[in-house]
Amino acid sequence: MSILVDADTTFIVQGITGREAVNLTRECLDYGAGAKIVGGVTPGRKGRDVHGVMVYDTVQQAVEAHGAPINGSVVTVPPAFTKDAVFEALENGITLIVIVTERIPRRDVAQMVELAALRGARIIGPNCLGIIVPDVVKMGGIGGPAKNAAQAYTPGPIGVISRSGGMTTEMSSTLSAAGLGQSTAVSIGGDAIIGSTYAELMGHFEADEQTEGIVIYTEPGGRMEAELATWVIDNDCRMPIVAFMAGRFMDEMPGMSFGHAGTIVEGKEDTATEKIARLADAGIVVAEEISEIPDIMKSKLPAHVEHLKPPGVSVPSWTRGGSA
Amino acid sequence: MRFFEYEAREIVKRAGIPVTDFGFTTDAAQARAIAERIGGPTVIKSQVLTGGRMKAGGVKFADTPEEAARHAADILELEINGHMPRGVLVDPKANVKQEYYAGVVWDGTAKKPVILFSDMGGIDIEQVAEEHPDHVGRVHLSNLMPISDHKAKECIAQTGVTGKALQRLTPIVRRLAQLFVDNDMVLAEINPLCEMHDGTFVALDAHMDMESEARGRHKQLLKDLGVGDDETRLAREPTPFELAGEEVDGSDHRGVAGNVTEFDGNIGLVIGAGGGSLTLFDAVRAHGGEPANYCEIGGNPSVQKTCGLAKLVLTKPGVDKIAVMMSIVSNTRVDIVARGVIKACLELGFDPAEKIAIFRIPGAWEEEGFKILAKYGIEYADRSVSMHEAARRAVAKIAGPDAVAV
Repeated sequence: MSILVDADTTFIVQGITGREAVNLTRECLDYGAGAKIVGGVTPGRKGRDVHGVMVYDTVQQAVEAHGAPINGSVVTVPPAFTKDAVFEALENGITLIVIVTERIPRRDVAQMVELAALRGARIIGPNCLGIIVPDVVKMGGIGGPAKNAAQAYTPGPIGVISRSGGMTTEMSSTLSAAGLGQSTAVSIGGDAIIGSTYAELMGHFEADEQTEGIVIYTEPGGRMEAELATWVIDNDCRMPIVAFMAGRFMDEMPGMSFGHAGTIVEGKEDTATEKIARLADAGIVVAEEISEIPDIMKSKLPAHVEHLKPPGVSVPSWTRGGSA
Repeated sequence: MRFFEYEAREIVKRAGIPVTDFGFTTDAAQARAIAERIGGPTVIKSQVLTGGRMKAGGVKFADTPEEAARHAADILELEINGHMPRGVLVDPKANVKQEYYAGVVWDGTAKKPVILFSDMGGIDIEQVAEEHPDHVGRVHLSNLMPISDHKAKECIAQTGVTGKALQRLTPIVRRLAQLFVDNDMVLAEINPLCEMHDGTFVALDAHMDMESEARGRHKQLLKDLGVGDDETRLAREPTPFELAGEEVDGSDHRGVAGNVTEFDGNIGLVIGAGGGSLTLFDAVRAHGGEPANYCEIGGNPSVQKTCGLAKLVLTKPGVDKIAVMMSIVSNTRVDIVARGVIKACLELGFDPAEKIAIFRIPGAWEEEGFKILAKYGIEYADRSVSMHEAARRAVAKIAGPDAVAV
């Protein structure tokens, strides 16, 4: 199984005629079993098609044309229009929204998230690359073109949650090379306020039979890691969690933001040092290097998972010595 | 984007919250004129975007306009924590009965703004929260509902404030919450919010911080306040190197070569993207390397942009070599980055194999990229070499063969 999406998930792409969105649509259609993209929306472009996906003026038209509720939407419209696009999706019964757009003011994000909660919907992002279920489906730009995504992601027992889109792929690739495939990898976005935090996704992974361990990528700024630590303790989490913390240098540079909008050290609690301590208190191991993650995870996985690992993991050609 | 106190007070005033009859100036003679207009004892306050003004001598009291002018002249010359003041604020010395605190910030966990109120104003709210938690009121605001008085009232009442003070404070705190939302602030704080001996209330100092992403929505306000588009208001002013980095990024709309930040070391970094750069910068330092800069490339930058960034880093005084590293890319093309950095070396008359300590960017178009790198004899690595290992190799090369044995 997987979390959030599977092979049957239907979704639309809002802003589908934009350059990045056209690429993203191609990538999702090509990956795994092929995503069920049942329509695209760009106001004023009704009747066009993007890689065979019909374009509509409104989400309502897309839903009517599909003739049944649509599960999800990937939103790739400019920041000034994102809130309206997300409200439109929510008001048309869509319950899973991946927001790719960057640089959305947080008041807008907070409004979208609050409405989503009222509608029983979930938002991933903004400023994220979406969700991937290895070899099955991807919703968003995560992993890039199907060929590249297939190179990094393999099916298996590890859930991946990351504040960085690129690092979701880097970490998953490292896990794959060590024989640890992924159940689902989620790029949750790097902004200060996001639709789904680690803690808010943990329940899904906890309930997923395929997932046996969790790997997270974290950064300074915010309280999301503290929230996760609390969740793990309060819910007596069954799965081992291994974390990687980037941006440790930022502790020496309060008030400066690097990498993502949400990374800024403002107080004591949001420093890398403090977060590492909080995670450790909850039994979450913080790896010094990404390359250490697979071994740490293997040492923590329950014994019955050993046989879940692909037998006799062959080393794919791309992992052989690289330097010239 | 942080505002100076005199700007923050203007924002507070526009929101309908009572303020003192303050004046802002960059000139000592004008400070005297403002003090004359005020007609009584005044406070002269340095306008800097840093804390610790009082301790540094940036806040002084004056009994006469002449004294106000003298203090203004001194303060205008006084550097505080590396910041020269923008000007001085001349304020009537207030006859205060009690100091309160009112603030609004984002609660990232609740994903809502939270109003904070305390009847112990004039000191740091975090300190109050730690030492006297029962003196801090907290109320979250809905993002979808209009902001109403009862939210402010509940927050104030949590601290035990009642009677006329509660009635008079309520609209002030509600207006503060409204201005926070209306102006896309990430912090809106009045501290102290003062009750005068005549029972009236006045905002005596204010801190405002607007979300940078939302600046475009508040052009009129920023224009009225005289805030230029080029004012970043970051923790420190950008250096010429950093400004040159911005120029490279702006030279071409394709891709990003952003967040160029200057450091003192000898390893030039051409790294990306968001999380990758954070990871790689840490990795270089973990292996004892001293980065000359930080940057984030991504979004498939053109050869020209990559070349521009690499040239900037290569010509930075003290830079021995550059390390070109990213996490696995899916959007950015490996071959284009490779061409960009090689072009930079060649155009500066350097041997790319000598100047590029390592190239570790796996992902889209890597076969093409690695072919080009091999042709120039540059050490490159694919995804089998971890980001930390690549950083280690780069550091070892720059430290020289003698240091590698360590």
